[in-house]
Amino acid sequence: MNLQPMSLADLQREMAAAVMMPLTADEDMRAQAPDGRAMSEVAASFIAPNSRLTAFERLEIYNRQYWYRVMGALAEDFPALRTVLGRSRFEALSIAYLTAHPSRSFSLRNLGSELSAWLADNPHFTGRRHLLALDVARIEWAFVEAFDSAERTPLTLDQIATLDADSRLALQPHVQLICLNYPADDLVLALHDGEKRQASEAGVKHDDSPEAPARLPKLRRRPTWVAAHRVDLAVYYRRLQPEEFVTLTSIREGQPLAEAIQSGFADSRIPAARWPQLVREWFATWAELGWICAPDLDALIKT
Amino acid sequence: MPGNRFNAFQNHGVGIGLRIPHYRHIFSRKPVVDWFEIISENFMIDAGRPLAVLDQILEQYRVVQHGVSMYFGSVTAPDPEHLRRLKTLVRRTGTPWISDHLCWGSVDGTYTHDLLPLPYTWEAVERTIERVRMVQDYLEIPVAVENVSSYAAFTASQMTEWEFLTEVVERADCGILLDVNNIYVSAMNHEFEPMDYVNAVPAHRVAQIHIAGHSKYEKYILDTHDHPVIDPVWHLYARAIARCGPTPTLLEWDDHIPSFDEVHAEAKKAERYLQRHAGELAGAAQ
Repeated sequence: MNLQPMSLADLQREMAAAVMMPLTADEDMRAQAPDGRAMSEVAASFIAPNSRLTAFERLEIYNRQYWYRVMGALAEDFPALRTVLGRSRFEALSIAYLTAHPSRSFSLRNLGSELSAWLADNPHFTGRRHLLALDVARIEWAFVEAFDSAERTPLTLDQIATLDADSRLALQPHVQLICLNYPADDLVLALHDGEKRQASEAGVKHDDSPEAPARLPKLRRRPTWVAAHRVDLAVYYRRLQPEEFVTLTSIREGQPLAEAIQSGFADSRIPAARWPQLVREWFATWAELGWICAPDLDALIKT
Repeated sequence: MPGNRFNAFQNHGVGIGLRIPHYRHIFSRKPVVDWFEIISENFMIDAGRPLAVLDQILEQYRVVQHGVSMYFGSVTAPDPEHLRRLKTLVRRTGTPWISDHLCWGSVDGTYTHDLLPLPYTWEAVERTIERVRMVQDYLEIPVAVENVSSYAAFTASQMTEWEFLTEVVERADCGILLDVNNIYVSAMNHEFEPMDYVNAVPAHRVAQIHIAGHSKYEKYILDTHDHPVIDPVWHLYARAIARCGPTPTLLEWDDHIPSFDEVHAEAKKAERYLQRHAGELAGAAQ
């Protein structure tokens, strides 16, 4: 038996690993650690029992609290995905995702930041609705970003009109550009309530709400380009033409104005004669919505 | 006693936590509330509705910040981005002091988002005071550390929780956010006498007091902030006020949140104890 006292760092690593270990199907702490050790021995190596609870049972309280908290947070940020997949599938997905991507941020706000990319690589968690689920996850993460990302002073249409072909612009940070397989933005809109969760220090109880019936409107697969953006503190979704989407993406990537517009029309079927009028209309709309900004010089210097 | 240096000599009175379900009531009725406590992390963002709401609140009310993820007892250093955003928010709110928990919750950059208890060891004392001092120096306002509810105790512990708390706050020279509900919850879970804890706390360092409700299970109590304050917790509060004097007091209610009026009425029960204490002081002066 090792009688050397465990350092604080080792204790915190050991306890964090135990707390973040997935629960059993019955929501109990697992009997064995991933390395094969009995969890009763792991718990007893640093936790003292009391007259009512063993060391294992005391550690199990934290193990449950962890999963209830992070799964609750993910469910609140992805309510439409939960409805599309149903509760049990969403929970299985959440456990796998959070095991692969535990929080690396002080804020629960960022918990779902990798979910869309992870889902794209793990289609077996979403089944036959994979592409729709992927779309919904992308829209819901775009909502999180659009809800509270920075807002910089936009350029007016008059200011934009003074720019030349080599000018580089930037997009408003809260504008999120998403390319979808389905017109799923309407579905997400119907399922969002517009408010975000708040963090608290309180312990959390298990979500025992019934499996939500996934009654979905019939959606036909159709490429759809959407911008999630914020106006007067509320998040909205605006459908974009594909050319508009590519041009905005190119502007965000830092391409000079003329190149960004050329990129937008590279695969377009729109007759070239109509391009100037379209571009004028886009910029008028974007300026009205405050989407176009000067490049962030501080960010450019840092990169 | 008009406050102390750990709450910037402010006697804020009795406040409640600012919560989303109450926004409509607050903005439409503008109720008289001594102060609101905000969870810092809910507002450490770049822009958007939460900050707009906060600015509206600040126009009319005093706000004090309370954090849930500084993890003073974590062995790994705080995220610089966390500190930067926190300081930006401190400047925005003008909070006279800031509080967070005497616990840990992150290790090697991974966050559990829970308030995990510390082993009460000398090593943990050293680590914790180092971080409290660093945060206090960086933020340039008084920091108060809050005792957490806990469900596990460590074989390595070398002292009681109140001895640990006292050692940390004396050597870090910081304040205490004394959560009397957490003392009750931990006392029931660890089988100690809660009044011993209240009696041992260095009263001159108590910047603020938390009161709350909890949930009782068969073998343990969970700090859920979803019930009214029970009588034994009010008794602890009365003793804390007797020892610390009038202290800014905050009712926490985070789940199954009832109407604003119900939460506010529950919080204002604290005024009875504050007034009784003031009456006793006046009587003693005569």
